[in-house]
Amino acid sequence: MKYTLKTFFALFAIVAMSSFTNVGDGQGYHVGDIATDFKLENIDGNMVSMANYNDAKGFIVVFTCNTCPYAVAYEDRVEALNKKYADQGYPVIAIMPNNTEVKPGDSMEAMRARAKAKGFTFPYLMDKGQKIYPQYGATKTPHVYVLQRTKKGHEVKYIGAIDDNHEDASAVTKTYVEDAVNALLDGKEVKETKTRAIGCSIKV
Amino acid sequence: MKFTFLIVFASFMFSGTVLDFDNISEEKTNETASEDIKIFDFDGLESYLSEKGDDKTYVVNFWATWCAPCVKELPYFEQLNANYSNKNVEVILVSLDFSKQLETKLKPFIRKNKLKSEVLLLSDVDANTWIPKVDKNWSGSIPATLIYNKNRTKFYERSFDYKELETELKQFIK
Repeated sequence: MKYTLKTFFALFAIVAMSSFTNVGDGQGYHVGDIATDFKLENIDGNMVSMANYNDAKGFIVVFTCNTCPYAVAYEDRVEALNKKYADQGYPVIAIMPNNTEVKPGDSMEAMRARAKAKGFTFPYLMDKGQKIYPQYGATKTPHVYVLQRTKKGHEVKYIGAIDDNHEDASAVTKTYVEDAVNALLDGKEVKETKTRAIGCSIKV
Repeated sequence: MKFTFLIVFASFMFSGTVLDFDNISEEKTNETASEDIKIFDFDGLESYLSEKGDDKTYVVNFWATWCAPCVKELPYFEQLNANYSNKNVEVILVSLDFSKQLETKLKPFIRKNKLKSEVLLLSDVDANTWIPKVDKNWSGSIPATLIYNKNRTKFYERSFDYKELETELKQFIK
């Protein structure tokens, strides 16, 4: 009986702990961590992994979606990042993390339509089953991770916002993601490794 | 009877004084403060976020009209404001709507939903600077809520239903 009770509490503790693993700021990746690769479906039907990119020096991973006004405000700027950095070895990979039953506007079909309308030149992947974004610790859209390919794996070099003005691209004073990628391309340390921005909570 | 007449008369007067001529074609309402939303940068907002030495408990909700889970929980904050305003509790709704959509989105939303709690618009794009000042652990996703009085402060990066919200509030006013 005692044993059963102990087992029960042990199980309870495990369940309780695991239910908290994805909550709060302390979870997910920190700068310096090695980010997991993924194998997610792109809008063209192909599966995409970082391992597919032989020549990449790193990645600009953007958790984003169709339905969040903040994410929409940044669409053109995400496309510009890909245009600027894909050839230099830092392509954009966009991942849509929302539960599409809660947000039908983020369905694969809707993602495809949006990408076509906006002329996205980067892959736009569906985090089907919502397994990837919690490992990264993304909490909102848009939420950016700049990764550098190293011998250890894809090392997280920057987490946060794209820049410091969501309302007006022409009034931006700090280009956080560009600064981070430029530093990496120059073989320098990223100065500002973590920034915060308002965004839409990821729909579970 | 006399009383009803007074209310009708007062609201008529009120709607007359607050209606902007630019907005004359818009739906007429009178019970909300939608016409005089205060707009702040973070420095201006800060006095609303920290205790002022009074005995009030403040419930500050960060939301936006474009944020579906925020809109879903707004009625609970309204309900809390109605039920606890006589118990020294004040609800403040801090909107993070785009400032250029104040007239097109925020004001019509407040009118349509007849919000009674005070609504402020935080217009400060430098979120990387002000988010950690609200709470050092806030990632920046909304909805988010700050409850405080002179004894304690707690921050929540989550959604609430009415019961959960009331349970949290009661920790502050017991």
